[in-house]
Amino acid sequence: MGDIKYLQGKQPHAREKRLIFRNIDREGWDTSIERYVKEGGYDQAKKALKMEPKAVTDEVKGSGLRGRGGAGFPTGVKWGFIPPKNTKPVYLICNADESEPGTFKDRYILHQDPHQLIEGMIISSFAVGAHLAYIYVREEFPEAAQILEKAIAEAHEKGFLGKDIQGSGFDLEIYVHRGAGAYICGEETGLIESLEGKRPYPRIKPPYFPAALGLYMSPTIVNNVETLCHVKHIIEMGGEEYAKLGTPRNTGTRILCVSGDVQKPGYYEVEVGKLTFGELLNDVCGGLLPGRKLKAVIPGGSSAKVLKADERFKIKKGDEEVEIGVEDIPMDFDTLMACGSMAGSGGVIIMDDSRSMSWVLNNINNFYAHESCGQCTPCREGSLWMKKITDRIEAGGGMPSDVDTLASVAKNIDGRTICAFGEASSWPTSSFVAKFRDELIGATDEANASKPSNKEQAAQQRYLAEEPVA
Amino acid sequence: MDIPADLETKINEAISHYPVSKRSAVLPVLHLLQHHFGFVSEEGVTYAAEKLGLEPINVLEVVTFYPGFRQCAPGKYHIRVCRTLSCAMSGSYELMDKLCSEAGIDRSTVTHHDPIAVSKDGKYSIEFAECLASCGFGPVCLVNDEFHEKVEPEKAKGLLNQYS
Repeated sequence: MGDIKYLQGKQPHAREKRLIFRNIDREGWDTSIERYVKEGGYDQAKKALKMEPKAVTDEVKGSGLRGRGGAGFPTGVKWGFIPPKNTKPVYLICNADESEPGTFKDRYILHQDPHQLIEGMIISSFAVGAHLAYIYVREEFPEAAQILEKAIAEAHEKGFLGKDIQGSGFDLEIYVHRGAGAYICGEETGLIESLEGKRPYPRIKPPYFPAALGLYMSPTIVNNVETLCHVKHIIEMGGEEYAKLGTPRNTGTRILCVSGDVQKPGYYEVEVGKLTFGELLNDVCGGLLPGRKLKAVIPGGSSAKVLKADERFKIKKGDEEVEIGVEDIPMDFDTLMACGSMAGSGGVIIMDDSRSMSWVLNNINNFYAHESCGQCTPCREGSLWMKKITDRIEAGGGMPSDVDTLASVAKNIDGRTICAFGEASSWPTSSFVAKFRDELIGATDEANASKPSNKEQAAQQRYLAEEPVA
Repeated sequence: MDIPADLETKINEAISHYPVSKRSAVLPVLHLLQHHFGFVSEEGVTYAAEKLGLEPINVLEVVTFYPGFRQCAPGKYHIRVCRTLSCAMSGSYELMDKLCSEAGIDRSTVTHHDPIAVSKDGKYSIEFAECLASCGFGPVCLVNDEFHEKVEPEKAKGLLNQYS
């Protein structure tokens, strides 16, 4: 990585390829625009503003960039969904509502390199024709919001925002909008409702695809922080050159956030698919804690289906089908999907054999029960039922049939809701039950089946036990 | 409701960020009110509604939905401990217990709709928060607007001492 020096103890691993995180934890780096411009900052914005907007979009399409927020949808294609005959204003929204459990990457961009994001947003706004853009920052990042506001003011002062940016004739205003602690605001249509000043109830697609009917019913592009930063590097390198990073269909770099039972948890920017899970775990993260064995891994944020340590997967490699284990899975979008999970937001949570899976599932269920927005009945009720059942199992009051009840509740949420939160909340339960069924049943007790589990049941049992009055 | 002039200026500035629809400024206006008064009161809801040309229910439904808005006063230092998986694995529940015992906070009355517990002297208040997005460096917590990583349970007292 050339002559860049990083802070003591925060040096990148040799397997890393730092593009987005080039300036994170750097010695002598700060968030000022002077520091950013000194190393070619905003040069790519200037370059893009001299291009045709369509040419910028074509570079992004050519780069094969896929969204880094969770769904992995091709960014250039998303931009292309703006209706060609559109006459309404177009908006760009940066989704900085980072709140998928296990994910902690956007935090560092916002806190340490805000101008990289602003530059990415200028280029992207120019490409899609937006003159008003918002950064939706989660409320739990108060410092990030301040840093961004300062950076926006600096960019204004230097003529990178406002009217007629750098003499290009292109106008753009960016504002910071703070959320208020709701996970559902990370869902793009929920985010838009929130930005309109309402409860963030997601909108149904179709017809409300944001690229056609988004903010104020106008075409709106919602992209993740990391995604927008990549745009800057795509303009710098050219789409074709960028596409050489990573693997075909899974191009570029991405930041993997590793947490849980490993020696060195943290954030690692790597070329997509160039690293297997085993290499990530053993080489980059220094392996498991001494004497421990791998039990499970959630590869892409808590909504991703859990993978069991001894699972085998059949995947296509070229034309032939090969069988691989968990540690052989390259950390890319397509292979993780082929293995029945997803790369999601890049949050890798590792669990060793000291962890109880019913405790882990209960923790996850508590999260989704708390965060369901309550709009769709299956999700609102189901996520709470799943939490209550695993609460009961954890409290020692579970019965073996609870495990099947869990699976059936999860099945009845999946695919029956307006937004993807339904899947996100049901997949942990369905995958934990499928893969750790025996352990979950082992955490229950047959004797509980005949015990009352609430006051009403207790009263009912008392009534039934009483001698009938003659 | 008594709104100081400098707060009013900030509120007007926030509203100007939404040239298309004033209603979009509901969250920012509520944030400013909460930041100044410590929580969003009934008067605050009415004020925000009038300011933005809305019915009070349009504002109240926002206040009651988002965990980030409070309808009662927190302590001088409000602590939010991350409860979610990676932090829980690194001991955030133990941290919560330790903070409560050190600060003299009783969490037995906490419910989903009333998640905040306040110490008797009003100095500290505490609640669990869902994922604060620093999963590799848990347990983590926010004290007012300041973020703390790797707060192992044994560091609870030291953390409280920073805010006294």
